[in-house]
Amino acid sequence: MKKIRNGIIAVVIPVICLYLLQCLLTPKYATDIKEGAMIAEYYNSNKNHDVLILGDCEVYENISPATMWENNGITSYIRGSAEQLIWQSYYLLEDTLRYETPKVVVLNVLAMQQAEAKSEAYNRMTIDGMKWSKAKLHSIQESMTEKETLSSYIFPLLRYHSRWSDLSFEDVSYMWKTPNVTTNGYLMQTGVRPVTNLPKAVPLANYQFSDRNYEYLNKIAQLCKEHHIELVLIKAPSVFPHWYDEWEEQIQNFAKEQGVSYLNLAKASEEIGIDYTQDTYDYGQHMNVFGAEKTSVYLADILQNRYNLQDHRNDENKQLIEQWNRLTADYHMERQDKLSQAESGK
Amino acid sequence: MLFTSFYFLVFVLITLFVYYIVQKRFQWIVLLCANIYFYAYAGLGGILFIAATICTTYIGARYIDADKQKTKQYLAQEKEQLTKEEKKAYKTKAQSRQKRCLATVLLINFGILAVLKYTNFIILSFTTFQTVDLILPMGISFYTFQSMGYLIDVYRGKADAEQNVFRFALFVSFFPQLVQGPINRWNDLKETMFVEHAFEWNRIRSGAERMLWGYFKKMVIADRASIALATITGDTSTYYGAYAFVGMLLYAVELYADFTGGIDVTIGVAELFGIRLAENFHRPFFSKNIAEYWRRWHITLCAWFKDYLFYPLSMSKWMNKTSKVLKKRVGKAVGSRFPVYFSSLTVWFVTGIWHGASWNFVVWGLLNSMVMLLSQEFKPLYEKTNHKLHYRNIPCYKVFEILRTTAIVCVLQMLDYYRNIAEAFKMMASMFFPGNYANVLTDGIFHLGLTMADYFVLLMGIIIIWCVSMLQRKQAIRKRLSTKPYLRYVIFMLLFLAIVVFGTYGIGYESSQFIYNQF
Repeated sequence: MKKIRNGIIAVVIPVICLYLLQCLLTPKYATDIKEGAMIAEYYNSNKNHDVLILGDCEVYENISPATMWENNGITSYIRGSAEQLIWQSYYLLEDTLRYETPKVVVLNVLAMQQAEAKSEAYNRMTIDGMKWSKAKLHSIQESMTEKETLSSYIFPLLRYHSRWSDLSFEDVSYMWKTPNVTTNGYLMQTGVRPVTNLPKAVPLANYQFSDRNYEYLNKIAQLCKEHHIELVLIKAPSVFPHWYDEWEEQIQNFAKEQGVSYLNLAKASEEIGIDYTQDTYDYGQHMNVFGAEKTSVYLADILQNRYNLQDHRNDENKQLIEQWNRLTADYHMERQDKLSQAESGK
Repeated sequence: MLFTSFYFLVFVLITLFVYYIVQKRFQWIVLLCANIYFYAYAGLGGILFIAATICTTYIGARYIDADKQKTKQYLAQEKEQLTKEEKKAYKTKAQSRQKRCLATVLLINFGILAVLKYTNFIILSFTTFQTVDLILPMGISFYTFQSMGYLIDVYRGKADAEQNVFRFALFVSFFPQLVQGPINRWNDLKETMFVEHAFEWNRIRSGAERMLWGYFKKMVIADRASIALATITGDTSTYYGAYAFVGMLLYAVELYADFTGGIDVTIGVAELFGIRLAENFHRPFFSKNIAEYWRRWHITLCAWFKDYLFYPLSMSKWMNKTSKVLKKRVGKAVGSRFPVYFSSLTVWFVTGIWHGASWNFVVWGLLNSMVMLLSQEFKPLYEKTNHKLHYRNIPCYKVFEILRTTAIVCVLQMLDYYRNIAEAFKMMASMFFPGNYANVLTDGIFHLGLTMADYFVLLMGIIIIWCVSMLQRKQAIRKRLSTKPYLRYVIFMLLFLAIVVFGTYGIGYESSQFIYNQF
């Protein structure tokens, strides 16, 4: 009996040590490269969203759920991450459906032009934050680049062990719990870097979206149909990377075939009221908070009108209103702080 | 399958599981199957060559052994009928048959090794032809030497020929020792390889501990040192002088940690299966001269060369005759030295070329030999000087001897990693011009791919190895720890955690082979 007890202790102690080391060494993304923390944040939210927004940086920097609430009473969440691929969006949708069934799914289509996973870093930022499920496992298998291994996703310590020499106070203080870095998936940017000149669109050898991307776009459409969710494809406003007419045509055709909506918000910039001298923080690639709020107002109006989304501001569920009011208050506080900082920085 | 890969550990665990659940009499068959899988994993082409070695050696050994038995039997039967001369003639005839068989098998196997390993070296060195694409079967140098050692032992009557070809195949292809040795002897290995093993927790723990120690040396120390060394050797126009000096020290650390670490993993894995392999190192960096160093470093290879090349050559009839002739014609000094000098230079030429198909290794081998012969020549002078000055009684003299040996070993090892002999000697010379030492040691070393933290880990690793070596002087450290189970547990747990955290593996680090895998 004593031998068995000692044996168990002998195994448990190193396991605990490994767990503690993993907690310590895994990147926290709390103050730097915040994109890495966004996917995990979803699990802390109240899962009662009418709209789920999926996509890459063109959604988490260009659409503000707080604004959609303030103007239209729409509850929404962005599950987006840097360079998020189409299949990663699909598996995030699968993952989200384990917790809630939104009425509308908005998918940004820029990732359709990316046939392969670009780098391990982006994979990590999208996948590491997901809770373990079949969806996560499949997302890993589809995304892994040549040198990545499944074992390093199962035991992130195998990937991040070399961070021992880069440990900072942040790693200790956020060892157990990391602070929220977004407002329902929206990563606020307050800088202003106007569009000065547009890089010329380079002709491509092949404009055809890959079969794999089509396969997953179809899967997204299918999954939405199965759950009676309206799918809306969007191309978020930006002036580059260039969105080619050939790509536009393929998306339009797909939308027509599947009977889903497609909104090219980049083309509707004027209608939205985007001023590329004021509303972008990186020369037209992404929106700053001003551009994101304008885009959100525009998008929320369309979604509400087309899909009869409820205005929850007058909801009987006071808890929900309170929750969203708190969220918008925090959002405005962050907005104010960042704008003040930017002002004093000038 | 890299020893440091996740797959290797899974492979060992599965083999171990099957090994202990099957009937004990089938355990060796499990190992043989594991060997086949391990070898096939590296490429199916290699299997043909190792199979050729197994078959030819097995047949050769069986033939020699049978001939020996037949001769013995005949002589016993005809004891009364045959005259002394007739018996002698019969014996000589039999020996000649056996020798022919031995020579044929040796020729085939060393021929395969030579063709596969040295064809391109010869083409590049002596011709203007294009190199040819040849496969180099995994562990060919090791398994060829081990098989030929066995055959010679059978010929010499020191070992019995194995009757079962599959059992012999297991001896030749045992997967832990296949890639980097040690080169085992049949008589030693069969003691534990073919006996039945019951599952023993203590043995498993002991094997795992040895593996952990090996992985620590390989993954925390050797692979870390190799990062900076790769930078230094990659651009000799930038990295000379002090960099060459730093590189020399790093290579000494890398080679020691890599090779001894690999052998620790090998011995540890074998121990899991209850098989005892020969030790290959005995604290080599505590040697007081080069000859002693080579008795403590890669012990099994050096012993192989001593038993199967040096002695047969230096004590051969031809050598005796030549020595006598030289004594008469040139002088006693030359004649008496010739057998040792010639055999030593031959052995070290072969040792060099065994390590790698390049002139660097040939020069490295010959220089080692020359240092040893010179020190032997100067021995009377040293003795005389010591007799007068008594410097050997100075307390630090032993330390000086150790440092001197280490310095010689390190300098000669520079021939291992520079591209050619000229470059190696240029870099050796550059170390003696103190131009960039201050700059390199204060700033330059941090631009070689290692951070201050990495150097700290490296230093700690070296200190740990040194402490362990010091503690091993009186008794094996694991034996010492066997009476202190809690302390042993803490030490090995820390070692495990150190490998997980400080090990150079995963993305960002290229998983590197053990250096001796390439031989």
